[in-house]
Amino acid sequence: MKIHNFKGGVHPPHSKNTMNCPSVSIGVREKIIIPMVQHIGAPCQALVKKGDYVKVGQVIGNTDAFVSAPIHSSVSGTVTAVEERIISGSRPVVCVEIKPDGLQAVSEDIAPPVVDSRESFIRAVRDSGLTGLGGAGFPAHVKLNPPKGVKIDTLIINAAECEPYITSDYRECLENTADIFEGINHVLKWTGIPRAIIGIEDNKPEAIKKLSEAANGFSNITVARLKSRYPQGAEKMLIKALTGREVPPGKLPHDVSCLVMNVASVAFIAGYLRTGMPLIQKRVTVDGSAVRNPGNVLVLIGTPIKDVIGSCGGYSSEPGKLIMGGPMMGVSLYSDDLPVMKYTNAILAFDSRDGSIPDEYPCIRCGRCVRACPMNLLPFEIDRLVRARMYDGLESVNITDCIECGCCVYTCPSKRLIVQSIRLGKDIVRRKAKK
Amino acid sequence: MDKGEYVLDNLINVSSSPHIRSGVTTRRLMLDVIIALIPASAAGIYFFGLRAALLIAVTVASCVLFEYLTRKALKRSNTIGDLSAVVTGLLLALNLPPELPLWMAIIGSFFAIVIVKQLFGGIGQNFLNPALAARAFLVISYGTRMTTWTQPSTYAAADAVSFATPLGALKEGGQLPDLIDMFIGNIGGSTGETSALALIIGGIYLLARGVITWHIPVVYIGTAGLFAWILGRDGLLTGNPLFHVLAGGLMIGAIFMATDYTTSPMTVKGMVIYAAGCGILTILFRMYTNMPEGVSYAILLMNVAVPIIDRFTKPGRFGGAANV
Ligand code: SF4
Ligand code: SF4
Repeated sequence: MKIHNFKGGVHPPHSKNTMNCPSVSIGVREKIIIPMVQHIGAPCQALVKKGDYVKVGQVIGNTDAFVSAPIHSSVSGTVTAVEERIISGSRPVVCVEIKPDGLQAVSEDIAPPVVDSRESFIRAVRDSGLTGLGGAGFPAHVKLNPPKGVKIDTLIINAAECEPYITSDYRECLENTADIFEGINHVLKWTGIPRAIIGIEDNKPEAIKKLSEAANGFSNITVARLKSRYPQGAEKMLIKALTGREVPPGKLPHDVSCLVMNVASVAFIAGYLRTGMPLIQKRVTVDGSAVRNPGNVLVLIGTPIKDVIGSCGGYSSEPGKLIMGGPMMGVSLYSDDLPVMKYTNAILAFDSRDGSIPDEYPCIRCGRCVRACPMNLLPFEIDRLVRARMYDGLESVNITDCIECGCCVYTCPSKRLIVQSIRLGKDIVRRKAKK
Repeated sequence: MDKGEYVLDNLINVSSSPHIRSGVTTRRLMLDVIIALIPASAAGIYFFGLRAALLIAVTVASCVLFEYLTRKALKRSNTIGDLSAVVTGLLLALNLPPELPLWMAIIGSFFAIVIVKQLFGGIGQNFLNPALAARAFLVISYGTRMTTWTQPSTYAAADAVSFATPLGALKEGGQLPDLIDMFIGNIGGSTGETSALALIIGGIYLLARGVITWHIPVVYIGTAGLFAWILGRDGLLTGNPLFHVLAGGLMIGAIFMATDYTTSPMTVKGMVIYAAGCGILTILFRMYTNMPEGVSYAILLMNVAVPIIDRFTKPGRFGGAANV
C-alpha cells in the first residue's frame, strides 16, 4: 500500500503509551461546569438559570448564529451557578455549573432526528451540538454546508492522530469501527460527495487492519496509510498528502474540493442519527509523567479535569504543567478545576521537570526551523521581526499562513519561543487590519 | 500516604504550545563539533608534534577568554557556556601552520572573537566565519609566517629546510606527494587540515549525530573535484580530481568550515548553490591566482553571498502556486 506524506515536519517521540488501554467510563462526578463557548464562532446564550433542574441532553445554551452549535447538559441535576469565568485565554466566558443528582434522567426531547434530505441532515448535525472533535472545535454542520457552487469530490476522514501521547482516535477506530463507517455513509449520502478516504498514520497497524477490513465492504471508502510524522493530521498537510492539493493561503479545504472530518466526529453522527443523544461525552486520553495510571476514559463534558485525573489514579508526582490536547498544539491550563470540553481529546499532566520551560538562547541561524516548517515559512525571521517590533514586515513573511503546529519550536536548538512570537504578531496584524 | 492529590496554587507553568522540545541544544551541537574535531586534532599532534598541541591549547583558551571579556565589556550575558568560542578556537588552530608564533595565534583569536563575532552581536549574528576571517587576516598581516610549513615529524625525506605543501609543490612544479600520504595526512600543511582520513571520520560523526546534512560537504567536494578535472594543468579534462580534493584545506573546509550554521544558507537548495560556489571558487583560486590555496577565500566570499542565496531560495509559499 502506498504511503502518503508531506514536506517538512518533525519526529517527536510517539509516546503512545495508552494505545492498549480500552476506554472506560468514569461516570458522574460531583460537579459539572459547561462553558458557553466550546467552538469557533458565536458564543451561546445560557438558556437556564440558577436553581433550574436540567436533564441529560437538554439544550442549555444556544444562539441563532449559523457558525455556532448548541450546548447540552451532560447530566441531570440542579443548576448552581450561571456566571462568567476565565477558562483559557484571557476573556471570561459564561459558564453553567450543575450539581448532578446522579439519576441521569434523560430529557424528553431526546429522539432520533428525522433525516430525509440534505437540509434536514445538516440541521440534525447542528442540533447534535457537534463541533470538530479533533481539537479545533469548528462547528461540523458549517463544514457540511459549503457555499453554493462549491463542489466537493473527496471526504477525508482524519484518523492520523499525529500528536504524541493521544490515542483516543486510535481507540475510536478499534472500539467503534462500525459507527465510523455508518457515519461516513450518512455524510456521503446526504452531501452527495462521491468518495471517502480514511487517512491514518502507519504507526497504528492494528487500526489500519481493522479499518481496511471494514472498508472492503464499501467501494467508495478507502483507507490510506500516512507516514508517521508530525503534523500529518493538520488539515492542510493531510489534504496535501492524500490528494496532492495545496489549500491556498486564507482558503479552506472546500476551495480544493475537500471536506475533512475527524474520525470520532463521523462515528458520533452515526450514533446521533440512531438515538438522538447529542454530544455530551468525550473519549479522552489521560497521560503524562505526573499521572499515576494513564489510560483512555469516557468523560461527560463539563467534568473537572481534577476528577478525570483522579479516575486515573491521581497525580503520581507534583504536576508542573497541565495540558488540554497534545503536547505540540494543546493549551496549557492554569488550574485542574477547568472542565473537559467538546474538543478535549487528551489531558496531559507533566511533572515539574517535563513541564519546565527551557531557557532561550540566541538564534544561530541553523535553518532547522525553516526545514521543519510544513507551511514553508521562515520561522526564525518572523520571530526576529516580532521581537524587534518590526510589525510592518509581518505580512511579507506570510505570518498568517502559520498553523501554529510548533515544529519550529520543537526542533530549535536555541529553544526559541517562536510560536509565542507568532501568536503575538498575528494578533497585531489582525488588529491593524481592523483599523 | 499521598492519594495522588495535590493543591495546585502557583505551581504549574502556563505557556504557549508546543510543550515538548527535541533534545538538540546549541551547546550539544557545539560539543558534537568538538568531538568530531578530535581525530583531526590528534592527527595534527601526531604529525607535527606537541607544538601543535600547544597551538590548539592557546587558541582555544584565548578565544574563550576573549569571548568572556568582550561580553563583560559590552555588558551582555556570559555565553562561554554555549561552547561556540571553543569551536572557533579549535578551528582556528587547525587552520594555522603548526609552528606559527603563539602571539600571532592570539591575535587571530582576538580578530575572530572580538571583531568578527562579538562586534556583530555575538553568536548567530556574524556574516563571516570567524576562524576563516581570522586566518585570512593573519595571511594578510604576516604572510611569510603564515606560509611557512613544517614537515611532519613522520616524514622520511631528509631535506627539512624548504618544505612545501602539496599545493605549493603543484604551483612551483615540484614533486607531488603520494596520494596515500595525502589521505593519511603525512604531508605539510595547516595543523588540522592534512589528514583527510581524520576529517572524514569527524564528518561521518557529524552526519550520524544530525549536526550537519550531507549537502554542503558532498556538493563542495564533488564540485571541486569536477572542476579540478575539467581545468587541469595540462589542458581541459586532464586534472587530477583526487589530488585537489585531498590537498590543502578542502576537506576541513567542506566538512567543518563551510557547514558553519550562521554563515551558510538555511534551505537545502541554498546549501547546494552555496557549496557548488565554494567548490568552483576554490579551484579557480588555486588555478588562476598566485595563491596556492583557495579554500578560505572561496568560503569567505560565499559567506558574503549567503543573504542573497537565502533570498532567492526562499521556499515557495504553501498553496501559493495554482495547485487546485
Ligand atoms: S531553529 Fe532556532 S536557532 Fe535554528 S534558525 Fe531556527 S530559530 Fe534560529
Ligand atoms: S512557523 Fe508556524 S507553521 Fe511553521 S513550523 Fe512554526 S508553528 Fe508550524
